Amino acid sequence: MIGATIILAFREIRRNPMRSILTTLGIMIGVASVIAMVTLGRSVTARITADIASMGTNLLIVAPGAERHGPVSSTASAFTMNDVVAIERESGAVDKVAPTASSSALVVCGNSNWNTTIQGSTNEFFEVRGYKFAQGEGFTETQLQAGLPVCVIGETVRRELFGQQDPVGSTVRIGTITFTVTGLTASKGKAAMGPDQDDLVVIPVVTFQRRIAGNTDINSILVSALTSAKTALAKGQVEALMRERRHIAAGQVDDFSVEDMKEMGTMLTNVTTVLTALLGAIAGVSLIVGGIGIMNIMLVSVTERTREIGIRLSIGAREREVLLQFLVEAVTLSVFGGMIGILLGIALSFGGAIAFGMPFGLKPDIVVIAILFSGAVGVGFGYVPARKASRLNPIDALRHE
Amino acid sequence: MKPVETTATPLVELRHVSKVYGAGESEVRALDGTELVIEHGEFVAIVGASGSGKSTCLNVLGCLDAPTSGNYLFQGVDVHSLTRDQRALLRRHYFGFVFQGFNLLARTSAIENVELPLVYRHVGLSERRLLALQALEEVGLGARAHHTPAELSGGQQQRVAIARAIVTNPLLLLADEPTGNLDSARKRDTMQLLIDLNRRRGITIVVVTHEADIADYARRIVRFHDGVIESDTLTGQGEQTGEGAA
Repeated sequence: MIGATIILAFREIRRNPMRSILTTLGIMIGVASVIAMVTLGRSVTARITADIASMGTNLLIVAPGAERHGPVSSTASAFTMNDVVAIERESGAVDKVAPTASSSALVVCGNSNWNTTIQGSTNEFFEVRGYKFAQGEGFTETQLQAGLPVCVIGETVRRELFGQQDPVGSTVRIGTITFTVTGLTASKGKAAMGPDQDDLVVIPVVTFQRRIAGNTDINSILVSALTSAKTALAKGQVEALMRERRHIAAGQVDDFSVEDMKEMGTMLTNVTTVLTALLGAIAGVSLIVGGIGIMNIMLVSVTERTREIGIRLSIGAREREVLLQFLVEAVTLSVFGGMIGILLGIALSFGGAIAFGMPFGLKPDIVVIAILFSGAVGVGFGYVPARKASRLNPIDALRHE
Repeated sequence: MKPVETTATPLVELRHVSKVYGAGESEVRALDGTELVIEHGEFVAIVGASGSGKSTCLNVLGCLDAPTSGNYLFQGVDVHSLTRDQRALLRRHYFGFVFQGFNLLARTSAIENVELPLVYRHVGLSERRLLALQALEEVGLGARAHHTPAELSGGQQQRVAIARAIVTNPLLLLADEPTGNLDSARKRDTMQLLIDLNRRRGITIVVVTHEADIADYARRIVRFHDGVIESDTLTGQGEQTGEGAA
């Protein structure tokens, strides 16, 4: 009985190509869009998380100026190297501390020039921000103490100024000063957001203060906590220390801020999670639209199908034989459409991940959800009217208008 | 559920069968206490004006519709006591239907339509093809086996429907206005075909019609009026094998 009924079901699918194609199409588009949208959303989340991690782990950024009170207050004074030393010495949860003083400047090498950010800092800068050396190395103690004109360049700067040449040992000019390149940082890859992290030139902070800025200001201090768990503790210690050093009385608002990159990461991850949910919801709508399409096709053909069921019943088909046929038909179309939908969805999200330079990560759960939903829609709307019709008196099914 | 075929038991017996549609003021009694006995091998025409209950009677006989009250005995078995599936098996093994509107599956070739009852009887593919082709040849449509209903004329579709009804060699062939959509030449052919089936294969035939000349082909005419059998007469057609019942 099952074999013959399955043959009947396949015959019906072949006999009604338009109905079969439209049903398959509805399921296909629904499944593909859900998989593509949700997978892309997750890729964005993964990318942003990776970007934040690449900026340095357990990172705190101490900057002058009050937090959440409009633009940086001009009255807030900059830090000095003394602040850096104090944090290093007195905050127990702190691992490394890197001062930064920066400005934007034109870097010249032979016929090439490139406008980039000049960071005056120490070797701790590379550790705190998670830079590795592709070639050469950081600064020596002498270079740092004496403020010698040496620099470490990022991958973007190397590409723009040196092309195929080996940069280490070569010289570049910033303003009127000639700097010797001691190292090249390894590329951190293209970020999905924020500035290009490979577009920088790092020089000793003393060199920066004396030869470029002409003052002793430190624009911001980068602090890494001992462990990820101690980030909050480190933040508290640094805040307390800076309040003391900057003579801020109890109840007064801080004239500096300590930003926790982990907090920012969490915030951004929350944003992308919402984004993923939103994309999922849009995809869910397309799944529902696909489902309604299937429902329409099935309902339009219900008169013809009810008569067909009447014919089958009148020549001796049992209710369960009729139902099995319709079930096989609906399941076949749903599974077929679902399969193509999965392939299409994976292809779309893979293409999207490539195009936007994001990691491609397919999660099986969403595939299962998409399949189950479209299968339920296909089977539900194909099977339920058939069940209703097969329970009629044969003569009522035959006379159905 | 296999009734034993004996000469003592009539093929079909309706005992005080009523079929009521609607309720209260709008109640319509399509059949009102109908008593009818049909023996093996009879050729019966059921006639009457439209709404007289003749089609309802045929649907009850074919287990396509259930009576509101009364008993329907098929070969001595009360159909009312059977389950829905058992009634389906009754149709599968003993009945053949020919409808006024043909009721063929659309976009399905003639031979596949004729095969359908055999599929439900679990007849193998090659045997099925052979039997279906034989049935089509019997109705003179062997050459059109692979045409779909849309490619066939009304008379040809009706003959496909007849082939589908006889391919299983049923005990009882029920035809509801089989000539209703046909011209007079096609009507004659169709009725001649039914008479041949009755005589050569001994298939009991019940035809519902509102046309007097069609009824004349039958050996027995049952006339309905307002759900009640008005007359039940034997005609001079052929050899008499049936007996009238009040």
